[in-house]
Amino acid sequence: MTAAAAPDSVLEVEIWRGAEDGSFQEFRTPQREHQTVLDLVTEIQREQDPTLSYRFACRVGICGSCAMVVNGRPRWTCRTRVSEVIGGGHRIKLEPLRNFPVVKDLTVEMTQFFDKWKNARGYFEPGKTPAEDFAIVPPASKKRREIDEHIECIGCGVCYSACDVVAWDKDYLGPAALNRAWTLVNDVRDKGNAERLDAISQSEGCQACHTHMSCTEFCPKSLAPTYSIAGLKRAAFRHSLWGKR
Amino acid sequence: MSPLLFMAQRLTAFVLALAVSAHLATILYAVRGGLSAGEILARTHGNVAFMLFYGVFVVAVAIHAPIGLRSIIREWTPWRGRTLDLALVLFSLFLLALGFRAVYAVYA
Repeated sequence: MTAAAAPDSVLEVEIWRGAEDGSFQEFRTPQREHQTVLDLVTEIQREQDPTLSYRFACRVGICGSCAMVVNGRPRWTCRTRVSEVIGGGHRIKLEPLRNFPVVKDLTVEMTQFFDKWKNARGYFEPGKTPAEDFAIVPPASKKRREIDEHIECIGCGVCYSACDVVAWDKDYLGPAALNRAWTLVNDVRDKGNAERLDAISQSEGCQACHTHMSCTEFCPKSLAPTYSIAGLKRAAFRHSLWGKR
Repeated sequence: MSPLLFMAQRLTAFVLALAVSAHLATILYAVRGGLSAGEILARTHGNVAFMLFYGVFVVAVAIHAPIGLRSIIREWTPWRGRTLDLALVLFSLFLLALGFRAVYAVYA
């Protein structure tokens, strides 16, 4: 249970202003009880500087669009209370997600991120002829259970921001796209796995993962893209040897 | 990275973990009584087991190192493509040549 902030507490908030080139601007704003980081940014934009750019939609942890780097850690700002991140102090530093081009202030360009989903063939491939009937996928079947958690990804980009390999190699597909590919590799209805496993086995594919597990550490939904990537490595190896998937 | 290259690197890492341990243990054991390098080599000459052991060691290094170096170069420099792959094949051949020269010195 978070203690209520004293009414006269003032937060010192550093916010990135600009695009790739820019600097931090400092704001001072009241600390409030149960205040989220998104509340804080909204209050600053409405009360102090309407030119401040940031992105949000649902405000309740469904859409994932309010992700930012808060005191060095990528997070959903709508699900992060100020009291969680300031410790005993009064300072907060807000940056746009890392590994994305910055459009302005806290808003990033996500085109490349989603292009990589396409490059990883992270889309359902029904095959040349449509299925004649509805597929029956027993919830307890091995392949379905394999992806029970992984299908919950909402593409917020937090894992991509946290990934060291993306930071080093801008072409690396990244945890989210590979996680999506893994869900399809285990989708019994999908007919595109041969091409998909080839697509995720290029130089920028799953084998480039260093298993640092930052994606798993920072995922706001507590998913484990690292395990998806490990599964892809195994599936790709079997496919390259025997054409199995 | 090709899944076969990926697996080749993992398997050679396993071989190297054993080979480096055996190599270090052998060296430590051999020198504890004060044997010189020349005296050690005199004992390994003509020994097929040593030749095979170090031959496997050299092949594992020549496979393992270029694959890892390729990843490091891709992550830290803009170098990509066929010239990089070719350079690392040459690096692998260089390691093989150096390694087998040393194996020959141990055996012959």
